[in-house]
Amino acid sequence: MAPSKKRNVNPRNTSERGSKAAKVDLESVVDRILESRKHANDVFDILESLQSEKERDVVSAVDACCRLFSTLLERKDLFVGKLPAEDEALSGEYSAEDKCRIFMRHRYNACVEILLEHLNHEEFGVKESALCCLMKFAARQGQHPLEDLDWSEHHSFPWELMLAVVENLTSKSTDNTLLISRFQEFLEMDDVRYYVMSALRESVGKVMDKNKGTVLPVYQNNVFTLMSSINMPSQQSELTNFMVKQEAKLENWKAAKLNEHKRAFEKMWLSFLKYKLPSNIYKKLLVILHDSILPHMSKPTLMIDFLTAAYEVGGAISLLALNGLFVLIHQHNLDYPDFYKKLYNLLEPTVFHVKYRARFFHLANLFLSSSHLPLYLVAAFAKRLARLALTAPPTGLLIVLPFIYNLIRRHPSCRVLLHKPSTEDEPVEDPYLMDEEDPAQCRALESSLWEIKTLQKHYHPDVVKAAMMINTPLSEQEEDISEVLELTTYELMERDLKQPQDKKSIPLEFETATQLLKGGGDVLAHHFCLLADE
Amino acid sequence: MGKAPKKRSLADKVRKTKTNPAIKNNPFEVKINRKKFDVLGRKTKHDVGLPGVSRSKAINKRKETLLKEYKQKNKASKFVDRRLGEYDAKMAPEDKILQRFALERQRIHEKKDMYNLNEEEELTHYGQSLAEMEKFNDVVNSDDESEEKGLLSAELTASHFGGGGGGGLLRKKTSGEQQQEDGNQRAKSRQELIEELIQKSKQEKRERQVQKEEAQELTEKLDQEWKSIQSLMVKKTAKTELADKPEEKPKLDEYDMMVRELGFEMKAQPSEKMKTPEELAREEKEKLQKLEADRLRRMMGEEEDTKAQSQTRMSADDLNDGFILDKHDKKTLAYQDGKWNIEEEEEEAAEDEEGESGEEQESDEEEEEEEASSEEEEEEEDGQSDLESEQESEDEEKNQEDDGKPKKTLSKEEMKAQQQAAKAELPYTFAAPESYEDLKDLLCGHTPENQRLIVARTQKCNHPSLAVGNKLKLQKLFGFLLEYIGELALRTPPELTAVDKLVPELYALCQMFPDAAAAAVQRVLADAAHSVEELIELKGHAPFPTLDTLIYLKLTALLFPTSDFRHPVTTPALLYISLTLTKCPVRSFQDVTTGLLLCCLTVEYVSFSKRFLPELVNFLTGTLHLAVRDKTSLGYTVAPPFRPSGKCSDLLVLSDPESCRSWKKKPLPLSATRCLELKDDLDRDHHRLTCLSACLDLVKRCCLLYKDLPSFTHIFQPVRSLLSKHLSIQTLPEALQELHREITDAIGSAPTAHRRLVFDKKKPIPLKLLTPKIVEVLDYGKKRGCTREEREKERLKHKYKKEFKGALREIRKDSRFLAREKLNEVMNRDAERKRKVKELFGSLATQEGEWKALKKKKRK
Repeated sequence: MAPSKKRNVNPRNTSERGSKAAKVDLESVVDRILESRKHANDVFDILESLQSEKERDVVSAVDACCRLFSTLLERKDLFVGKLPAEDEALSGEYSAEDKCRIFMRHRYNACVEILLEHLNHEEFGVKESALCCLMKFAARQGQHPLEDLDWSEHHSFPWELMLAVVENLTSKSTDNTLLISRFQEFLEMDDVRYYVMSALRESVGKVMDKNKGTVLPVYQNNVFTLMSSINMPSQQSELTNFMVKQEAKLENWKAAKLNEHKRAFEKMWLSFLKYKLPSNIYKKLLVILHDSILPHMSKPTLMIDFLTAAYEVGGAISLLALNGLFVLIHQHNLDYPDFYKKLYNLLEPTVFHVKYRARFFHLANLFLSSSHLPLYLVAAFAKRLARLALTAPPTGLLIVLPFIYNLIRRHPSCRVLLHKPSTEDEPVEDPYLMDEEDPAQCRALESSLWEIKTLQKHYHPDVVKAAMMINTPLSEQEEDISEVLELTTYELMERDLKQPQDKKSIPLEFETATQLLKGGGDVLAHHFCLLADE
Repeated sequence: MGKAPKKRSLADKVRKTKTNPAIKNNPFEVKINRKKFDVLGRKTKHDVGLPGVSRSKAINKRKETLLKEYKQKNKASKFVDRRLGEYDAKMAPEDKILQRFALERQRIHEKKDMYNLNEEEELTHYGQSLAEMEKFNDVVNSDDESEEKGLLSAELTASHFGGGGGGGLLRKKTSGEQQQEDGNQRAKSRQELIEELIQKSKQEKRERQVQKEEAQELTEKLDQEWKSIQSLMVKKTAKTELADKPEEKPKLDEYDMMVRELGFEMKAQPSEKMKTPEELAREEKEKLQKLEADRLRRMMGEEEDTKAQSQTRMSADDLNDGFILDKHDKKTLAYQDGKWNIEEEEEEAAEDEEGESGEEQESDEEEEEEEASSEEEEEEEDGQSDLESEQESEDEEKNQEDDGKPKKTLSKEEMKAQQQAAKAELPYTFAAPESYEDLKDLLCGHTPENQRLIVARTQKCNHPSLAVGNKLKLQKLFGFLLEYIGELALRTPPELTAVDKLVPELYALCQMFPDAAAAAVQRVLADAAHSVEELIELKGHAPFPTLDTLIYLKLTALLFPTSDFRHPVTTPALLYISLTLTKCPVRSFQDVTTGLLLCCLTVEYVSFSKRFLPELVNFLTGTLHLAVRDKTSLGYTVAPPFRPSGKCSDLLVLSDPESCRSWKKKPLPLSATRCLELKDDLDRDHHRLTCLSACLDLVKRCCLLYKDLPSFTHIFQPVRSLLSKHLSIQTLPEALQELHREITDAIGSAPTAHRRLVFDKKKPIPLKLLTPKIVEVLDYGKKRGCTREEREKERLKHKYKKEFKGALREIRKDSRFLAREKLNEVMNRDAERKRKVKELFGSLATQEGEWKALKKKKRK
């Protein structure tokens, strides 16, 4: 036994040898410590290798710690209650048994600290095993609380440990996205989720206040990732999966109630949204807002301020805020003055190019589907969209043309935009004012959709076909634009590429090609030459 | 042997029973079916009926079948007639007798004569003993013989030596008395007859032989005479038509061939007259007009009719006789001999006295020549015309040799030697490359011109008409060439001259295999677009395409029509350009250059069709925006990928306004899309100005293209405000100022007022017409307007109905017949009974009478 101990004492030796041997040694050390208290001092070896440089050593040490302390927790071999300082304990009037427990409790605390530090280790393996180990401790600690309280009246949960884990997960310097996605598995447990939400709220408030509300991109990104990985239950009956099984008073336990969950969720988000956000998180947030945040809040109307503020920002953020606003208007009776005016002003050439085009047009279609809209408004939308179509790519045109047609179909009085026979056949200038912000003043109803006429000369045949529809009265049936919303240019290309070329052979150019730069009006030859020295 | 006559006679018999002229002519028997309408051309079968005959026939039939069955009803036993062939109507009675006899003999033989070795059976003929017959020696009836002389020997012998059933049939014609005489006669003169027959057949044979010989002699004579005439005719046609044909030497011994040639080939056809230059030009013009009309039609997007643009183009000298393939055949022969080249050189030498021109020069000259003469000529025809000239000159050479002009040939040989030495390294035949690596090995290390030659020769050596697999090989070659061009473009520095030289070859291959070429280009485009799309998915933007893709896009425009309403290759290509112009952010000079090149391509694509590309105008506006110095308070918006302000948005702003003095416009090299060597600020400024000038020029072209669009002013509104307010004209060089002015003028002068939109006028719905619709009917009596299956179904239904009715009628007739029979039976029975009762009564009455008389007697 002695030689083996010697070997283990020297950490350098340990690190030099193969990690497998080290692991075996650590295992045996753990066994020895658990066997008798004589070897309690060996725990320093483990803690030492926990801080070693090598990833493998650390991971095996974490495993060893995990086994050791969870067994000790289970055996209640750790000191319960207010922990006296170590020196004090040695000199104090504790029994030898208690002294040993106090000693072990101190080692346990040290180990937890090291593990919390490891949550921001460079190696993902270390991070992951540290996180797992901590969560295991948390589970054990919940079962066998270290506080000396009357547990029949209180609900035991290792709150401090949870808070520490959350604070370390949401680091200010390193991006912990991967680790957080690993953490998501623990968030499935309802009590963990509840306490994590509370912990997040506290830590966000603390950190952001300390920074006086300035933007902390990495931190906020971590917080956002953690927050968005919370999957809220939708029914009370789903709250069954707990990490710490409570013996008593389940009905009073906050973590077991859906309403409390919702409240905690809401508070967490509101505390997060209180502060200024970086724009990429802003966008990400708005993308998921309507469908994974709003439904789980106890009072969604609290988001009104946030959303209206976002809607005022303009550009892509406004587009994204539309969705949340829609939910609020539609389900929570939000009355938003000048909503349509703002929507009208959102229509810029960029709407055809942004990533959220499909979403925007889907919502715009919903907003404009009401038949109670004033005529001038519909005409203004139609005219503005048509004007914007002059800069749109073909995929956008394939959305916007049916969109305009649908508007006119819903409001047959708008037909004058397409068909305005007049007695005097005089050509008129377009009276529409593109720069006018108020749709009521833009004189769209007096105009005609010449832009669609222009698009009849568009290069893509499908667009031309769509534009040709204004030559005849529109059919009654509305077109379904949902299937063209997600159309990409490549898909559009594939339509032509995949077309079977059976009977007809492909037409060829009959002007003989002689040189690379010749042909087609010689535009290329005018500006470019083959070689640099020519 | 004797079967055919037998059948004939049998048929006669049947016919006889069927048509009895006596009955047919009896007016009381005939019923005439009156026709309501006389239809021309309709054959009537049933205009005359014989009801009595048919009724009696039916009754007879029933008597034979139904009545018998009826009689057999409820009978347990049945009488079976086992006489051989008794009910076989097909069997002749003679046969019947013979078979019965044979059977009988057999039976007797089996039973009795099993061990009887001695007793010979007596041979008989028609039941008469032959031995007895031979005793009579009747005189031959000479009349009979002469009658039979004309008959064919086979039949004759059959009749005479028939012995069995066969003879009997012939004899049936004669009357019974004659038959007996005949029998006697034959018995007497048999040997004589045989001899006579043999003689006759021999004579006939000889006669036939003689006739045949005579005919042959005559034909040979005719052949020889024809040959003399024919050679004359051949000489005439040879000049005008084909120089040498394998059929020219007539094979005298093959008569059939001669006949066929007489039928088809040797008509002296009028040759096409030589066309005057005006006529040629007019034809050319017509052809171009047709192609142009075709292109316009496709541009409008009208549905193509079945007559697609023909791919085989004919030269003006083409005789339209499908001779091209033969020519190709010879072409390779010439290649292998190495002769082709010599002849070509001769021709060249005639024009170019120095005779030192290498292959490169030669082909250059050729091309120039052809371009000058006609724009439409293809590479392929190039080869053809060479060949034609080769053949002519070959002929000439022969003549010269005949005439004996050694001087000229000598000089030619000299030249040949010189030029062979000059390009001994380039072989004339090439195997088609099987893989891309093969092609690369083949072309590696040659000058661009030689690369072109190699590809051209490969293409000619592997013409599809030469071997079965060649088509596939050449189709593959197109794909390899495309790949090779892409690689050339990607080399540093890009070997664009080689690409340039390969373009005609690609064009020629594309003309040969449009489908394969289109598929190859489509694949390239799809790959490029796919990678861009993936990058956009991933990052939201993508880098500008590399030079190889740009060259592919240009090639697409060269190979396929860009003006079609929808084209499987050019429409995706335009979409790809649009994708790159909207999604690729401009971050460097290279990006600007690439973007401008794409814009140039786009303008070329739509230059004919004048189609509107929003992305093009957006991009040009964005590029101009890069040159705007002051980016605050913009009166216009720029569309993505450009941003109103930010990094890289000052890319084209001049660093030093003085640099425009030294600037001179020169075309940008294509390689500038990849790497630029700009040493100092002056160079950079010059490049900026070049880009700006290109951009302005493109804007000007766009203005001209789109000036007829109703929204022209709105489309160019951003450009206008940018140019007028933000891009200061003073800081630009003179040329750019000029462009600037032209553009603003063009935009300003465009009409802003337009007619209001109205729907197209609808055609008024015509009133219902009351005149009958006249449908031309060409096939009377046939059901129309349905598919074959339906018609078949109709026909079967009709047939079934007819059959059903017929069957019903038959059954009714049967039951009527049976009822009648039953009635007859009952009546007969009753009558019999009555008769019997009467008889009984009679006998009783007589008995009574007798008894009464006796009683009276007794009383008396």
